[in-house]
Amino acid sequence: MCGIAGIIYRNGNGAHRLGSDMTRMLQSMKHRGPDSTGYALYRRPTAELIMRIKLDDGGSGGDIEYADRLKRRRREVEARIRAAGARVDSIDEINEYTIAVGLSYDGELKRLADYVESVPGAEVLSAGSALEIIKDLGDAQSVGTSYKLDGYVGTHGIGHVRMATESDVDISNAHPYWAYPFSDVAVVHNGQLTNYHQWRRRLERMGHRFASDCDSEIIAVYLAQKMSEGETLEQAMRHSLEDLDGVFTYICVSEGALGMAKDELAAKPLVLYEGDDMVVLASEEMAIRAIIDREIETYDPYESEVMVWTR
Amino acid sequence: MDTVAPPARFDPRGLVELDERVPGTAEVDGERAQFDARELTTRQINLELRRLVYELGIREVTVHNPGAKHSLGVGILARCRITFAGSLGYFACGLIDGPEVHITGRVGWSACENMMSGVCVIDGNAGSLTAAALRGGDLVVHGKVGARTGIDQKGGTILVLGDAGSMTGFMMQRGRQIIVGNAGHGLGDSMYDGTIYVGGKVASLGIDCVPGEWTDADTEFVTRKFTIYGLGDPPELQKFVCGKKLYNYDSLEPSERKLVL
Repeated sequence: MCGIAGIIYRNGNGAHRLGSDMTRMLQSMKHRGPDSTGYALYRRPTAELIMRIKLDDGGSGGDIEYADRLKRRRREVEARIRAAGARVDSIDEINEYTIAVGLSYDGELKRLADYVESVPGAEVLSAGSALEIIKDLGDAQSVGTSYKLDGYVGTHGIGHVRMATESDVDISNAHPYWAYPFSDVAVVHNGQLTNYHQWRRRLERMGHRFASDCDSEIIAVYLAQKMSEGETLEQAMRHSLEDLDGVFTYICVSEGALGMAKDELAAKPLVLYEGDDMVVLASEEMAIRAIIDREIETYDPYESEVMVWTR
Repeated sequence: MDTVAPPARFDPRGLVELDERVPGTAEVDGERAQFDARELTTRQINLELRRLVYELGIREVTVHNPGAKHSLGVGILARCRITFAGSLGYFACGLIDGPEVHITGRVGWSACENMMSGVCVIDGNAGSLTAAALRGGDLVVHGKVGARTGIDQKGGTILVLGDAGSMTGFMMQRGRQIIVGNAGHGLGDSMYDGTIYVGGKVASLGIDCVPGEWTDADTEFVTRKFTIYGLGDPPELQKFVCGKKLYNYDSLEPSERKLVL
């Protein structure tokens, strides 16, 4: 089933309580997906690149070398970032298996990300000057608390609660997906894609990497590929309606914009609120009501619709 | 040995409301009652509605702040008037038989699913699958509706003043739909019977849905429905019916077939 949500604040001073708003929305949709929860949050772009790296899926599983292995992995990741020619400005230890690295880097992002991921077990969750992806098992309340998102201030973001159907319940298979290796683009998806394997093979031949077995990852990588060919986010989304088969409603974000696309069957729900102060989208109106405590006018986009808002 | 008896019902993921206590918070004034649903759960709201309608025999209930919760007002089987002052979520007022419902906001997907009789007036928009498998009664939507409105409709009337999405009247078997605005692709796809009136543009007709011949009975019907709901004069409408090219069924209910035989 899955639940998706997105917020973009219209007055762009970037001082909105994005983290707590998103947690409230996702928590109210817990019944749509209690397996895992994920966020893609944007703050005002900084000069440095923020790279969120997952070193492990968490939980030692009785492995007595777990702590040592994590330490070794982290050392290796840091060494490779430096070896790739990036300057590490800060390392934020989010929890025992996730780090956020602030770095200065002028080279090709794919080279750096591939080099980091060549450390066995390491996965780059997101990279960008404004984007941070946070995802873990559990409901929004527990993920929001353990990653201290309550005080997160930002400009726009998306979120996802997952009810796993096609692939495993772990952090790699949780949404949102970063559009690897395209900085600052992320996707959440509700639905199933039926031509997943076809597109995966096609994109793998072009040199893209996949971190999971989840069909939704295709959308992120597909958009990244189209954008690297010179299309805008909106053009890439419009093309995706033709190229992707199955049922889907997805929300896609870039550093300055948030967009939604719905398949031609309109099989997956999305409720839209366009206010003067913000645009909010969610699988259920209940989620919008979790942050707007008054009677509001909302509507559902029709089939094959693509809409994009800028902040 | 001391053992703690497990609760009779237990939901480890915390998704089901096990609380069955009737809140009893309504203000009752003779034949009328109202209550605030802001702090109540779905189950509590429905239990309170049932208490008022069935136990106290109240005929006019107003529910304030429904907050777009799902499955409100479901399965009410008595003649009464229920007003929801606000918006409802999915599966609103499904399976009702008798009530006159007024929703001042919008509704989500699958409103008035399998309604047997009564009236439901929605002031705002409605989601997809509105009035799925409708069997009787009238549903009036002042805003626009999503895809597959009246899918599998078996009776009753759906009146939409705005636009309708794709596959409106999909596999419709009986009843009537009046769409004042535009209709999306695949209108009346695979319909068996029934009539769809459209005021605006039709993006495309579905399989075996064809324009029908307008008769005086159509004018009478449409005018009557518009008059009942105070909507003024009806606009010019086109009529669509089943082409019966794929038609290999008789249109009788099992009980009716018995009568014929």
